[in-house]
Amino acid sequence: MADVPALGKDLTALEHLTAGQLRLILDTAEPFKEVSERQIKKVPALRGRTIVNLFFEASTRTRISFEFAEKRLSADTVSIASSGSSVSKGETLVDTARNLEAMRIDMVVIRHHASGSAEFLGNRIRSNVINAGDGKHEHPTQGLLDILTLRDKFGRIEGLKVAICGDVLHSRVARSNIWGLTKLGAEVAVCGPASLLPRNVEELGVTVIPRIEDAIAWADALNVLRLQLERMQSGFIPSLREYNRVFGLTVDRLERAPKDLVIMHPGPMNRGVEIDSGVADGPHSVILPQVTNGVAVRMAVLYLLAGGSPDWSQQGGGEA
Amino acid sequence: MRPLLLKGGRVIDPSRNADDVADVLLEDGRIAAVGRNVGTPDGAEVLDVQGRVVAPGLVDVHVHLREPGQEDLETIATGSASAVAGGFTSICAMPNTDPVCDNQGVVGFVIAQAQRAAKARVYPIGAVTLGQKGQQLAEFGELVGAGAVAVSDDGKPVATAHMMRTALEYARTFGIPVADHCEDMSLATGGAMHEGIVSTRMGLKGIPAAAEEVMVARDILLAELTGGHVHLCHMSTRGSVELIRRAKERGIRVTAEACPHHFSLTHEACVGYNTNAKMNPPLREAEDVDAIREGLKDGTIDCVATDHAPHHYDAKEREFDDAPNGIIGLETALGLSITELVGRGLLTLPQLLYRMSTAPARIFNLPAGTLATGAPADLVVIDPGVKWTVQPETFLSKSRNTPFAGRELTGRAELTIVRGQVAFRRTP
Repeated sequence: MADVPALGKDLTALEHLTAGQLRLILDTAEPFKEVSERQIKKVPALRGRTIVNLFFEASTRTRISFEFAEKRLSADTVSIASSGSSVSKGETLVDTARNLEAMRIDMVVIRHHASGSAEFLGNRIRSNVINAGDGKHEHPTQGLLDILTLRDKFGRIEGLKVAICGDVLHSRVARSNIWGLTKLGAEVAVCGPASLLPRNVEELGVTVIPRIEDAIAWADALNVLRLQLERMQSGFIPSLREYNRVFGLTVDRLERAPKDLVIMHPGPMNRGVEIDSGVADGPHSVILPQVTNGVAVRMAVLYLLAGGSPDWSQQGGGEA
Repeated sequence: MRPLLLKGGRVIDPSRNADDVADVLLEDGRIAAVGRNVGTPDGAEVLDVQGRVVAPGLVDVHVHLREPGQEDLETIATGSASAVAGGFTSICAMPNTDPVCDNQGVVGFVIAQAQRAAKARVYPIGAVTLGQKGQQLAEFGELVGAGAVAVSDDGKPVATAHMMRTALEYARTFGIPVADHCEDMSLATGGAMHEGIVSTRMGLKGIPAAAEEVMVARDILLAELTGGHVHLCHMSTRGSVELIRRAKERGIRVTAEACPHHFSLTHEACVGYNTNAKMNPPLREAEDVDAIREGLKDGTIDCVATDHAPHHYDAKEREFDDAPNGIIGLETALGLSITELVGRGLLTLPQLLYRMSTAPARIFNLPAGTLATGAPADLVVIDPGVKWTVQPETFLSKSRNTPFAGRELTGRAELTIVRGQVAFRRTP
């Protein structure tokens, strides 16, 4: 294991990473993809490490993906949901984490409804902290798996035109994608109703394309964001029906694209709202490969934060 | 009580445009004489204040003392001790306590506690509406009779224009200002910081500048309609400053205050989810900071006020969304103002002292802000050139929540005198 961790102590935001660090994670993920294809899906890279998955918000995909990544690296893991833990008795986040740390853990994977909670935690405990989604801030491993999926498909990120469509305002996936993609040289646009775009978003280095038809005409790939169904009640959009009619990624719209597009979605999907089933299940969708890549990317992040050498397969990590 | 002679200081009295080296004699709690060689009465204590500035005690019209109800955060005793350590001799206590200061009983309690503490003078501000709920007007007559100097629902806005109109009209009867917390809750609810590029990066719900400006505009129009005196609290945006400037040109009875943090910091201070930079109104953008400074320079903003808001460290040791708003300000206000306003050449020291003593005293009709003979002997002796580092652990306030820890400032109070007696003396 290398002495100096290549990523620092925590992974809380792609905003804080350099292009070199992003490439390191993506490159490290490549050989880990193969581990999941084996009959015996296990390498001893994190044997003896203890990891706590602290999920204060509902999650299926991300939590299971992290758990598989940890188990396939041979770490000892515990998963905690906020209901059924002392959090539901009013314990503060920092107290929960300090108590866990008192049991001598090595890493915390945290999903939390408050933006900044992962960074907050990372600044207060010695263990490595991985952000599995914090409020509306970032979801760095989702951004990384999206970028890995694009790289698989196109062989490059630089110069790629990626449109992020939908509720950018409330989306941590959007922010991580914007940072990661722009740092790696992609052109990024955001597309959606102005009421769902964050203030001054163009200062993040993205173009605003108001209409989905124009985004389709412009992009090589679309990342379609989930529309939280409660956005209608809180007055951001008039109705789900209109949202689908005006901003939805429909088969009709996609058929008029000048070139084949790659379609991504971070899940869970609202079929018939932001994306039609015909698109989600269609030939251009990479929605399931995204999920597959999620495990490899998370293995890479866990491994690198634990101090693993980028070239893990030559460090004796390849044998199960 | 022994007479007290402050000898040889630079005496700045903004109420008389005076700025001279002089002696100041205090007798029987009053200013007995100001001039050269006023002579030393028998038994007088003489303090050599050469090289120091002698000024009217500072006046802060916007302080949260937390008592009654949240004495673990601050008490009237600790808050008024913090005030004199910052050079303030008169402070106005906001009514958002528990119970709310919406009746003469609470007003009387605040005054009695302040007298027991015997530090700064504390002037209660009564609530505009019962329980600050916005439904039923508080009894201004009884509040004023018991000693309240203004009314405010600070902490929240007076939501309906009708209630604000009524408050402004009714307050006219008693010659008191309505201190106005300007925030359109339908725009601001759920917001944790200023809406801009930083909130976008941090993924926090923003509070747009318009949330303040909409209410500033509304209440200027209501002041015009009623002839009432609206005092706009903690102005934070360029748009607000422009609205006030135009209102003053039209002769509307509007006054305004700004807090040191709003002319010292921008929303960038929140980066890293620094909860000590979380306040309401939030820290804004550089152009807003410039506009606030310009407003203090040209008089659009009449005075500096702290919005001193103590919180327990546990409460700030939280996720940003869940942390409470506010910072303490009494012990950093003078240093920040000298550093950011005088140090940058925007105001002279006499102009700053006008905005920190004479002007707020006049707005709230307080017997303060002057060194005229016969005035209450409330003074501050300032070392305007001393460089010091903000160390919250040395504060006399019960709380420590400040974003200025570690910041080097220029100028601070060395000696604070209330009622002719030393209320605070800085020990080296």
